[in-house]
Amino acid sequence: MNIQEYFSLVFNDYTLRTITLGTAVLGAICGMLGSFAVLRKQSLLGDAISHAALPGIAIAFLITGAKNSNTLLIGALVSGLIGAYWIRGITKNTHLKSDTALGLILSLFFGFGMLLLTFIQKMPNSNQAGLDKYLFGQAATLIESDVWLMCIVTAISLVVVLLFWKEFKLLLFDADYTKSLGYNTQFLDLLITALIVLAIVIGLQTVGVILMSAMLLAPAAAARQWTNSLGVMIFLAAIFGALSGVLGTAVSASSNNLSTGPVIVLIAAVFVVFSFIFSPGRGLLFKEIRYWKNRNDLQLHKTLAFMHNIAKTHENISHPHSIKILNNFQGYTKKSLKKLEGKMYITVNGSMWAMTQEGYDAAANLYNQHNNND
Amino acid sequence: MTSAQIEIQLIASLVAMACAIPGTFLVLRKMAMISDAISHSILPGIVVGFFLTEDLNSPWLILLAALTGLITVFLVEFIQKTGLVKEDTAIGLVFPALFSIGVILIAKNANDVHLDIDAVLLGELAFAPFDRLLLNGADLGPKSLWVIGAILVLTVALLFTFFKELKLSTFDKGLATSLGFSPVIMHYSLMGVASVTTVGAFDAVGAILVVALMIAPAAMAYLLTNDLKKMLLLSVIFGVVSAITGYWIAHWLDASIAGSMTSVLGILFLLVYLFAPSKGLISVLYRQKRQKVEVHLLTFLLHLQNHEEESERHVKHLNEHINWREVRSKSVLDLASKNNMIVIEDQIISLTPKGKEFTSEAIKYIMTNKSSAIEEMKDRFFLFRG
Repeated sequence: MNIQEYFSLVFNDYTLRTITLGTAVLGAICGMLGSFAVLRKQSLLGDAISHAALPGIAIAFLITGAKNSNTLLIGALVSGLIGAYWIRGITKNTHLKSDTALGLILSLFFGFGMLLLTFIQKMPNSNQAGLDKYLFGQAATLIESDVWLMCIVTAISLVVVLLFWKEFKLLLFDADYTKSLGYNTQFLDLLITALIVLAIVIGLQTVGVILMSAMLLAPAAAARQWTNSLGVMIFLAAIFGALSGVLGTAVSASSNNLSTGPVIVLIAAVFVVFSFIFSPGRGLLFKEIRYWKNRNDLQLHKTLAFMHNIAKTHENISHPHSIKILNNFQGYTKKSLKKLEGKMYITVNGSMWAMTQEGYDAAANLYNQHNNND
Repeated sequence: MTSAQIEIQLIASLVAMACAIPGTFLVLRKMAMISDAISHSILPGIVVGFFLTEDLNSPWLILLAALTGLITVFLVEFIQKTGLVKEDTAIGLVFPALFSIGVILIAKNANDVHLDIDAVLLGELAFAPFDRLLLNGADLGPKSLWVIGAILVLTVALLFTFFKELKLSTFDKGLATSLGFSPVIMHYSLMGVASVTTVGAFDAVGAILVVALMIAPAAMAYLLTNDLKKMLLLSVIFGVVSAITGYWIAHWLDASIAGSMTSVLGILFLLVYLFAPSKGLISVLYRQKRQKVEVHLLTFLLHLQNHEEESERHVKHLNEHINWREVRSKSVLDLASKNNMIVIEDQIISLTPKGKEFTSEAIKYIMTNKSSAIEEMKDRFFLFRG
C-alpha cells in the first residue's frame, strides 16, 4: 500500500480511519498539554510519569484479571499520579535535585512494572498477551471506544484549560506573582500535572511508555519556535501533534514492519528540526543570516570610519586617495567599497577614492545612536 | 547454589558496581537524566553494531554503541547552546528520536537480526552464563562476565587516576578551570565511561534498568553522607546488595532478574528516603516542626517584651492579637512556662529575668542574622522544645 492508496482508504476502511483519528486526536491533546510541560520546564516529567504508569497497568491487570483497556488506564493514571507526587516530594523535602528525582522514579517504577509484567507472563492460564503493547504501543489495537475516550479527555482538558486560561498563563510565566495575587497555586499546579498525566495515560496504548514523552514535547518545542504567544503556541502545537499523528500513521501503514509509535515520533522530530532551522524569529538559519548581516554592516562602518580618519587630515575632505592605502585595513573589500559608493558616501575614480561631504558627516555621526538610520 | 547461579550473581554485582561509580558523579553533577537519555539512544548504535559484528558481546559493538551515547550528549548540548528550548527539553527531544530510529531499524530487519527490543530493554541475565568465552577450546567463563569485568576495571582505574580532578571539577567547575583542568574533557570522559558502562550492562540488566542502577544507589548514598569517598563506597554497597537480593527474589518469584533488582533498589530507596538521619523525610519534617515551635515561642516572647501594659499581656488577649487558635496558644504558653521564660499571675503573663535575657539576645540574633548564634543560644538556655 502506498501513501496515495492510504489516503483513499482512510475514508472507507474502518480500522485505518479509527487509527488515524485516534493518533490525530492524541497528537492534538499531547501538543496542547505538552506546551504547558515545556514552558514549565517540566519536559522530562512526562518521561518519568509515562514510565511510572507501567506498574499501575500491571497491578490493575493482577487485580481485575481483565484486559479491558479502561481499567488498565485507571491503574496507569493512579500510578502515574503517585510517581508525579513522589517526584515533587523528593525535590521538596530532600536535597536531591529534580533530575535525580525524575531518574529515580522513572527507573524504579519501570523496573517494578517489569517485574510484575514478567511475573504475570509466567502465571498459568492468564490472557496476558496484550500487556506488552503498553511498552511500545500498538496503534493497530485502537478501537472506536478508545478514540471516543480520547475525544472525551481532549474535550475535558480543553474546557479546563479555557476555564483556567488566565490563571494558567500567569502561573506559567510568574508563579510568585500568581501566589501573591492570592490564587491557589498548589491547586493550579495539581490541575496542570493531572491533565498532563491524563494525556500521557491516554497515549500509552498508542505510542507506548518509552516514546510517550516525545509525543508530549516535540510538537510543543516545534510550536515554541514560531510564536511568543501562549495561545498561538498551544494551537500550533496541537496542529503539529495531529499532523505528526496522521502522517505517522500514513507512513507506517504504507510499509511493512513499521510500528506506528516510532514513526510518529520521528515525524514529530522532523517538525522540530524544521522549526529549529527555518522559523523566522528564532530559527538557526535566520539567526545566522542576521549575524552575517550585522557583521557586514559593522565592517562597512569600520571602513567608513577609517576613511574618515584619513579625510580628516586634509583640508579638502574630498581630496582623492589611493585605494591601496586601504589595503592594510582588514574591513575593506571591493564589495564594501561599492556599497559605500552606492550610498554616495564616497566616489571612486579609477584606483582613487574620495570622500563626499555626505559620507564625512555620516562617518562623524557613526556612533551617534540618534541619527543612525541604517 | 549451582555454578550458573554464582555466575549470574557475580555478573549482577559487577554490573551494579560498574554503574554505581559513574552514577555517583552524574547525580552530583545534576545530570542524572543524561544516563536515561544515553540508555535509550544507544539502541541504534547497538543495532548497527550488531549488523556489522553479529555478536552482542563484541568490543566493536560496545565502542560503536558508546559512540552513539556520546553523540547523544553532544546533540543535547548543541540544542541547549542554541537556546531555542530549555535544557531538559533538549534531552527529551533527542533520545526518543534516536530510540525510534533503533526500533525501526530492528523492525525493518527483523528477519536477519536476532535482536529483540525486549531483550535490549530488559536484558536477560538468566541466559548470560550460557554464552561462554572459549579460547583454544578452554572455557573461560561467561562472555558478559569478562565484558563487564573489563569495564569495571577500566572505570576503577580511571577513578583512582583522576579522582582529584573529578572531585574538583564536580564541585567547583570554576576553580578546576582556573587550575588548568579542562572541564570539557572531564565532562566527555565521564559521559564516555557512562556510555560504555550502559552498553556493557544493557546485555545483563537491560538499557532502562541501567538507569536505576546508576541513579538509585548514588541517590541513597547522597542522602546518607556528604563525603564523596563514603558516597562512592556506599553506592557500590547498595548496588551489590540489591543485585544479590534481587537475584534471589527473582529466583523465588520466577520473574525478571533485572526487574526484581530494581524493585529491591526501590524498596531500599523508600527506606532511606523516609529514615535517613538528618536528610530523610521524617527527620526533615521533624526538624521543620521543631523550627515552627521555636519561631512561635520567639514571636510570643517578643510580643510580651514589646507590651508593658497589662491588657496586652492577658492570656485571652493573646489569642486575638497574634491570631493563634486556642490550642496553639496554649501549647506555646505551656512551653514558655516550662522553660521558665514566663510567669502567669491572674491570667497576666510576664517575662522572667531568664525570659527577658533570652528575648533580647534573640533580637540581637535577628538583627545580626548569624545562624551559629541561635544554636549556641538554645544550648545555653537549655531550651526545652516540648
